[in-house]
Amino acid sequence: MTHSESHAVNTAPPIFEARGLTKVYQMGEVQVQALRGVDLDLYAGEFVVLLGPSGSGKSTLLNILGGLDTPTSGSVRYADHDLSLDDDASMTQYRRSHVGFVFQFYNLIPSLTARENVALVTEIAENPMTPEEALVLVGLGQRMDHFPTQMSGGEQQRVAIARAVAKRPQVLLCDEPTGALDAHTGVMVLDVIARVNQELGTTTVVITHNAVIAAMADRVVYFGDGLVARIECNEHKKNASELQW
Amino acid sequence: MVRALDRKLWRDLWQMKSQALAIALVVMCGVGTYIMFLTTLGALRATQDSYYRDYRFAEVFVTLKRAQETLRQRVQEITGVDQVETRVVAQVRLDMPDFPEPVTALMVSVSDSGRQGLNALHLREGRLPATGRANEVVVSAPFAQAHTLQLGDRFYAILNGRRQALTLVGTALSPEFIQQMRPGSAFPDYKRYGVMWMGRRALGQAYDMHGAFNDLTLNLRPGADSQYVIDRIDDLLKPYGGQGAYIRKDQRSHRFLSQELEQLGILASLFPAMFMGIAAFLLNVVIGRLVAMQREQIATLKAFGYSNLAVLWHYLKMVSVIVGLGIVSGTALGVWLGKVLSGIYMEFYRFPYLKFSLQPDTVVEAALASLLAAGAGTVFAVWRAATLRPAQAMRPEPPARYHETWVEKLGLKRWLSQPTRMIIRHIQRRALKSMLTLLGIAMACGIILTGLFQRDTVSYMVNIQFGMAQREDLSVTFTDPTAYRARFDLLGLPGVQHVEVFRAVPVRLRHGHHSYRTGIRGVEPGGDIQRLLDADLRPVALPSDGILLTDFLAKMLDLRVGDRVVVEVLEGNRPVREATVAGLVREYVGVSGYMDLAALNRFMHEGPTLSGAYLSIDSAQLQSLYAQIKGMPRVAGVAERIQEIRNFNRVMQETMLFFTYVATVFAVIIAFGVIYNSARIALTERGHELASLRVLGFTRAEIAYILLGELGILTLFAIPLGLWLGEWMCYYIAHTMQNDLFRVPVVLVPQTYAFAAAVVLVSAILSGLAVRRRLDQLDLIAVLKTAE
Ligand SMILES: Nc1ncnc2c1ncn2[C@@H]1O[C@H](COP(=O)(O)OP(=O)(O)O)[C@@H](O)[C@H]1O
Ligand SMILES: [Mg+2]
Repeated sequence: MTHSESHAVNTAPPIFEARGLTKVYQMGEVQVQALRGVDLDLYAGEFVVLLGPSGSGKSTLLNILGGLDTPTSGSVRYADHDLSLDDDASMTQYRRSHVGFVFQFYNLIPSLTARENVALVTEIAENPMTPEEALVLVGLGQRMDHFPTQMSGGEQQRVAIARAVAKRPQVLLCDEPTGALDAHTGVMVLDVIARVNQELGTTTVVITHNAVIAAMADRVVYFGDGLVARIECNEHKKNASELQW
Repeated sequence: MVRALDRKLWRDLWQMKSQALAIALVVMCGVGTYIMFLTTLGALRATQDSYYRDYRFAEVFVTLKRAQETLRQRVQEITGVDQVETRVVAQVRLDMPDFPEPVTALMVSVSDSGRQGLNALHLREGRLPATGRANEVVVSAPFAQAHTLQLGDRFYAILNGRRQALTLVGTALSPEFIQQMRPGSAFPDYKRYGVMWMGRRALGQAYDMHGAFNDLTLNLRPGADSQYVIDRIDDLLKPYGGQGAYIRKDQRSHRFLSQELEQLGILASLFPAMFMGIAAFLLNVVIGRLVAMQREQIATLKAFGYSNLAVLWHYLKMVSVIVGLGIVSGTALGVWLGKVLSGIYMEFYRFPYLKFSLQPDTVVEAALASLLAAGAGTVFAVWRAATLRPAQAMRPEPPARYHETWVEKLGLKRWLSQPTRMIIRHIQRRALKSMLTLLGIAMACGIILTGLFQRDTVSYMVNIQFGMAQREDLSVTFTDPTAYRARFDLLGLPGVQHVEVFRAVPVRLRHGHHSYRTGIRGVEPGGDIQRLLDADLRPVALPSDGILLTDFLAKMLDLRVGDRVVVEVLEGNRPVREATVAGLVREYVGVSGYMDLAALNRFMHEGPTLSGAYLSIDSAQLQSLYAQIKGMPRVAGVAERIQEIRNFNRVMQETMLFFTYVATVFAVIIAFGVIYNSARIALTERGHELASLRVLGFTRAEIAYILLGELGILTLFAIPLGLWLGEWMCYYIAHTMQNDLFRVPVVLVPQTYAFAAAVVLVSAILSGLAVRRRLDQLDLIAVLKTAE
């Protein structure tokens, strides 16, 4: 917590606050310790990149922050929501009103068009954009009526982003959004995420194991073996288009 | 505006339309059977009730020798008696123009006043006999139809030994003779036996019953004690040759009708329960797996804030559409089939009208049962997927833990190819799912047997009844008990090769608090025409003393071999004696007692006396034989075995076999629906894995083998299990349908097993081909693009 305390945005209280988070998965007779005591604060509006080797517990942490999973022990809080409670109804409510997800494998509903996939979420949101606005935002104004199978991976991922941001969430959580994409498409997708972060002020967490991407972040959280190894602040964020890998 | 989630619903449905259709068909068959049976049963019961009510069907009946009309007042005074009606009833021989065979009719008197009291006639055509016209008769409508009689037609009857011309003035139906069967026969034969009605005065004069009667029917006041009334009547009529009063329950036509309705009622609860049960089971399994396959989509919906209830509702709607389709089409089909079936029954029973109505309850029950079954499967599957934390649900299912199977451990491994091992391991790993699929296929296979076994049984019963037991060409009954020498008269008739005589005595058998009205037949020992068979269908030797009982009758009376049974004779001076049960005989139609002819004559304290005879004849001389018999006034009726067989078959054909066919067709549809769905679900569940194998270089044939091999193995194991289950269901049906009129043996011929097995195999092959086509179109690129 040394670097982060000097950061400019830190004057406000953190929007996420995780303390001593652990997560143990039971796999038959074996136990897998995915998180071993994570302490982390995230601040409203910041762009955070979670970096770390595969299997280090990044997704587990992100899922807990997004209310998709609960920790085995420790506490985690978003604003006034206690995310360590295993209460399906309040978790659902939390996800519905505050969180947008982008998954590595898009998880679009195959039987719905791009527009309808976005509508699926805007229909249950309080103050959403129209699906069309969201799709224009990710540069897919021309492909609104295509089904997922008719689109490339990058396009599908952008639909997924449109779906995640259309409800103007306070939090955008992206789990390896470029993992399945080539560099060029990856940059395009990252650019959209960065724009959403800037234009809507959405607190954004992006998981990657691609260190290059870290340059875009306000802060980079290095993850290793179920723990936060260190946190770095970027004085000068790069644009997505400046990245190369 | 259609919500996105609802669009998903319709698109998903469209995507799986053939599966949805197969499921809907299964529901349709379940609902269809249910509605067909229950509406038919409801229609028949309602019709019976209102027919009885509208036409004042009597509640107590008694036949006697002869009593003066003044006795009627004494009957009327018995406590509990409401309306009393005296009649003259006689069995007469008819001589129908253009019909050489002897015809018997039951001639019943109707009031000359033209006012109809109890057992009112429903006139189909014409009018009642006019007072003072001795030659006018009303004929039962089916008899008139069988002989294509028109109003005004004339034919001859032998009334009390005198030949008399009769004119047809009307055709009618009566609640008393819904089933018109010659005594001793279980099947109607409208060409050779009918009921007709004549004015009281005319019939009375012919039979010396002027101011007298020989038959009485009455109605009871509400709450009357029928046993009391019967005892009083029996006391009162004893000096007049009363043959024992009986209540409606024991009335012949009513008994046949109500037993048939009862059997229909049993079928109406068994078949639909089985069909609905199996449909529900399948629905549950199929829907469960269908939903389970959407586990990732469920997780995604949840990740974006859809609640468990919203997700559950979504899938319930989806399932309701499929099931709803089945319910609607099943209802329509059920109503249609119900109309056809009740139409058949109405034709068979000659009801004057049919009260057919679709009871909303019935539809609601069928719909609820299907929706509940499907809903339970859905809720279970959705709940399992939805209560997983979304993070968990979005991960591919944990890598399966495969083991070496016992087949491999047995040392068969080296003979099994890699794909074969995959099949076996897959079945073993998902033992429960595999078992459910296997059970589903087995039940579909079994249910086919239940549809078919009745057909096998009917031909078996014909073979036993008419091939081994009742082997006469012709049976002759006399109007009254006749001296033994009549046997020689019969032997002297043209074409008669062999004669076996019998004595039939109406009795009431009693044992403890059980009693049963039936007849005892005295037959010649060592008879070759009429044979009594034991449970193994071997001829039973007739004991020189004691009585043989149909095994079912012995069970009804709680009698065992060696027990004493009380025999109340219901004719003559009505002696009451005891007899020892000397043995049991197996019969499928009716129940009665049998004695040695001489022993029965002794038992009756009478000389050698006959009631009728069985004849073997040379069929070339049948016509001249008939001509001779027509001239014998003491012969009351003649029955030809061939005709009995035809009648039997016709009865079976008209009623039982109809729903046998329906059940078979439904069972086939269900079998196909299950197997097709199993194959399709397997494809969806394993498509990804198989596509990956394709990418690795497996050929289409190889992956088809892996997928369909599993279905094949399950099918092969399901068939014997299904045949066994089916047999069991047949025994259950046969057992529940047993009654004193009919016992249906379970007979399943090899062809039936083969048919059931073939239906399952063909369904499996067709489903396999359909799936194979889809396998060939597997999207290999999609595999590379996506996770898992
Ligand atoms: N649902 C689960 N069940 C069992 N083990 C899990 C589950 N989710 C994650 N794990 C295990 O927890 C560890 C951390 O996983 P994860 O958070 O996905 O890592 P990362 O995203 O950093 O690659 C890994 O060893 C993984 O196998
Ligand atoms: Mg991960």
